[in-house]
Amino acid sequence: MRYISNTPAQQREMLATIGVGSIEDLLARIPAKARLSRPLNVPAAMAESDLIRHLRRLSAKNANADDFACFLGGGSYDHTIPSPINHLILRGEFFTAYTPYQPEASQGTLRSIFEYQTMMAELTGMDVANASLYDGASSVAEAVLMAHAVTERKAAVISKGVNPLYRQVVETYCEGPAIRLKSAPLAEGVTDLDALRKSVSAQTAAVVVQYPNFFGCLEDIKAAGEIAHAAGALLIVVADPVNLGLLTPPGALGADLVVGEGQGLGVPMSFGGPNLGVFAAKQELVRRMPGRLVGATVDLDGKRGFVLTLQTREQHIRREKATSNICTNVALCALMATIYVSVMGKEGLRKVGELSTAKAHYAAAAFAKIPGVALTFKAPFFKEFALTLPKSPERVVKRLIKDKILGGVPLKTLDRAYKDCLLVAVTEKRTRDDIDAYAAALAAAVA
Amino acid sequence: MPTARPGYDKLIFELSTPGRHAHSLPECDVPVSDPAQLLPAQHLRATAAELPEVSEVDVIRHYSRLSQMNYGVDTHFYPLGSCTMKYNPKINEDMARLPGFLRLHPLAPEAASQGALQLMHELALDLAEVSGMDHVSLQPAAGAQGELAGVLMIRAYHLARGERRTKVLIPDSAHGTNPASTALAGFSVVELKSEANGDVDLVDLERHLGPDVAAFMITQPNTLGLFESKIHQITEMCHAQGVQVYMDGANFNAILGITRPGDLGFDVCHFNLHKTFTTPHGGGGPGSGPVGIKDHLAPFLPTPVVVKEGDEYALDWSRPQSIGKLQAFWGNFGMHVRAWTYIRTMGPDGLRAVSDNAVLNANYVLRRLEDHYDRSAPGPCMHECVVSARRQKKLGITAMDIAKRLLDLGFYAPSTYFPLIVEEALMIEPTETESKETLDEFCDAMIQIAREARESPQIILDAPVTTPVRRLDQTGAARQPRLKWTPPGA
Repeated sequence: MRYISNTPAQQREMLATIGVGSIEDLLARIPAKARLSRPLNVPAAMAESDLIRHLRRLSAKNANADDFACFLGGGSYDHTIPSPINHLILRGEFFTAYTPYQPEASQGTLRSIFEYQTMMAELTGMDVANASLYDGASSVAEAVLMAHAVTERKAAVISKGVNPLYRQVVETYCEGPAIRLKSAPLAEGVTDLDALRKSVSAQTAAVVVQYPNFFGCLEDIKAAGEIAHAAGALLIVVADPVNLGLLTPPGALGADLVVGEGQGLGVPMSFGGPNLGVFAAKQELVRRMPGRLVGATVDLDGKRGFVLTLQTREQHIRREKATSNICTNVALCALMATIYVSVMGKEGLRKVGELSTAKAHYAAAAFAKIPGVALTFKAPFFKEFALTLPKSPERVVKRLIKDKILGGVPLKTLDRAYKDCLLVAVTEKRTRDDIDAYAAALAAAVA
Repeated sequence: MPTARPGYDKLIFELSTPGRHAHSLPECDVPVSDPAQLLPAQHLRATAAELPEVSEVDVIRHYSRLSQMNYGVDTHFYPLGSCTMKYNPKINEDMARLPGFLRLHPLAPEAASQGALQLMHELALDLAEVSGMDHVSLQPAAGAQGELAGVLMIRAYHLARGERRTKVLIPDSAHGTNPASTALAGFSVVELKSEANGDVDLVDLERHLGPDVAAFMITQPNTLGLFESKIHQITEMCHAQGVQVYMDGANFNAILGITRPGDLGFDVCHFNLHKTFTTPHGGGGPGSGPVGIKDHLAPFLPTPVVVKEGDEYALDWSRPQSIGKLQAFWGNFGMHVRAWTYIRTMGPDGLRAVSDNAVLNANYVLRRLEDHYDRSAPGPCMHECVVSARRQKKLGITAMDIAKRLLDLGFYAPSTYFPLIVEEALMIEPTETESKETLDEFCDAMIQIAREARESPQIILDAPVTTPVRRLDQTGAARQPRLKWTPPGA
């Protein structure tokens, strides 16, 4: 047992100190009928070399984004992951620490979270950001719950431009507090503002829109905000911070809360998790925020230091009256994002956005030239767009796999209204050759 | 008294020099590269985001230095009770980084994700066997989300039977997430008083059980580290009244191969893969909080469910009674790979040895400390022990002071002031991976502190003095929160 340090001789010595004859004696409180009378029926232990061989084979059954040109998006993106990230996060002092409950022995984690909060506030254009939530979807859900608590209203309006997987999670979280959810429909790929205006009322706690939205289209956030605010509701904007090096920060467009998925900031896709839930708010809402917050303070000698703060919001103190049930968050993913933003810097993050949108537009134009293929929406888009195909998107995707292309997300399973559509994402990592090869393969697949 | 210690005191923003950069991005290889030609002007940032401008060397040195301000399991004994800070095997990391796992998109076609789905299916089966549950969902992101999923399934179960039960009973010794998750699921929380040793007070439980109670939620072993021996009686009492019984699995490290929640009568339990199953804590996460249930709750499992059809694995979305989704995708898959690797590394005998040694180590620490600190309960403990510093408090030394002094002596601190029912609690969880030598060093330090409390308390009150900062002004931090860096003069 290589992860158990004590030898049988040491175990005997320890038992003698305790004053019992065997480990069994220590388990005496467990009644006989509660005991498992057989070994666990899990597979036998494997040697490391066998285990590696086995998992290499198993993992090779998956189409990874090194061997396939990945045009998949919908909430997880194949952006560049600079090499320093993995090296730094694997430092055991970061990797094997836990929540910084003892701040004097956790300044490294606390400082990096403080930096992360600063970066997220800056990118979203908000006053404050928390230390992270689980993922984009649960961040949206927490934002709706928070709006409900702040406004004491029992309804929320969510645009159909918000990722349908996120909307499902919001529904789950709203079940307990019985928050009524209404959807606002789309017109030409963006939220139908007239319909939105009609769906808000004095009962609306929040209006939720995504920027760019699930279909990649750029919403009129300012207008959505005016509608929300006129009804006394909060405006929640779902945004991916990796895009906000180039795009207007939602904070400048009237958002009260900006939430979203930060996976694009240096976090591996890893089949969808762990991800990075971003949560940013206006200053006046800070005491109602979910999750951990790190604040600057001073020590006994007046030296700068950092602590977890405003903890009276949290479950370990407030229990059933806490602003959220979250305890463990995704601190390590937040560290990845912090290192990512440091490496990319002021210029690099903007360039990631520029390259992604340039390549996405090149791809969209190339694909739309293929007979029978059309862009589904007319609205301006950023790095993702929907295509309407003349053949089943599922079958097209299957065909593209043969050409080592992960062609996109067929929308049928997520929203039946778009059963003929394929959602395509293009990041800065895709080359013109990748896109040209995709266009040729797509033309063949739909011919 | 120490003077200002030498030390690093920078934030990445303070290293910024205009024009410096660390990125390596390709030149644009498509004809139109200017975003102003592609996007309407109102969507483009008016001014660049104020982000650091640093070199790669700056980045590496800065974060390496920050890491050195932390204690972690790789560098320090970390007896943080309830958190199971055991060694995190390095092979887990190698396996989670295989390109087919790390670089797999969650919406890749199922046919192109068979290896990942198979691994998830197998891990769910292994966890079901370890817990004696019928089904396991891997979707919850952490323990608290596992609790939410479990309690929502209980809610859906009662509603499907036409019963509106509004209350959940939770002992006063419970983790804070239990009442928080329960309230989030729309229940009112009724706190039950525990007996002094953390056991359930059966008379009080009987008094509270009734047709309006949806569930009883307990931690087994309890948060004092003791096995609740009347557990069959408790689950039977609850079931007789139609009440579901939930086990908080935070303390699973005590019972692997010894006893199984499913066999004890629990209807739901969650797992913390970042505790029992060695996925790293990462400074506060990510975790992974799978939830196990009995058959009668299966219709309510979160969607999608990973299923095996013949030799193929698939995501089953057609679950009309499901509580819905908890995360955008399928769970913290990276943690699933690590937990799978750990279970296959250990095998059945290895898993059993984990709990045996966790129990042995905790009892050894308890035995060595019991003459110097007050025990919270008589008898042997399971995988962790709770002692009280009430004796030291009379000398003016609190549990927090002891925690701070331990930092100077080279150890992370135990959990303090939890469980709430123990005065001046110090909750110590050594885990199975620590050696007798380490435990002896720790116990020697604790005994030294008990002596210092009597003989030289000032050294404890001044602690820590070896850490990058001394005790911090928490009150000031909360009164005037400064939650982000601002440039000097801004």
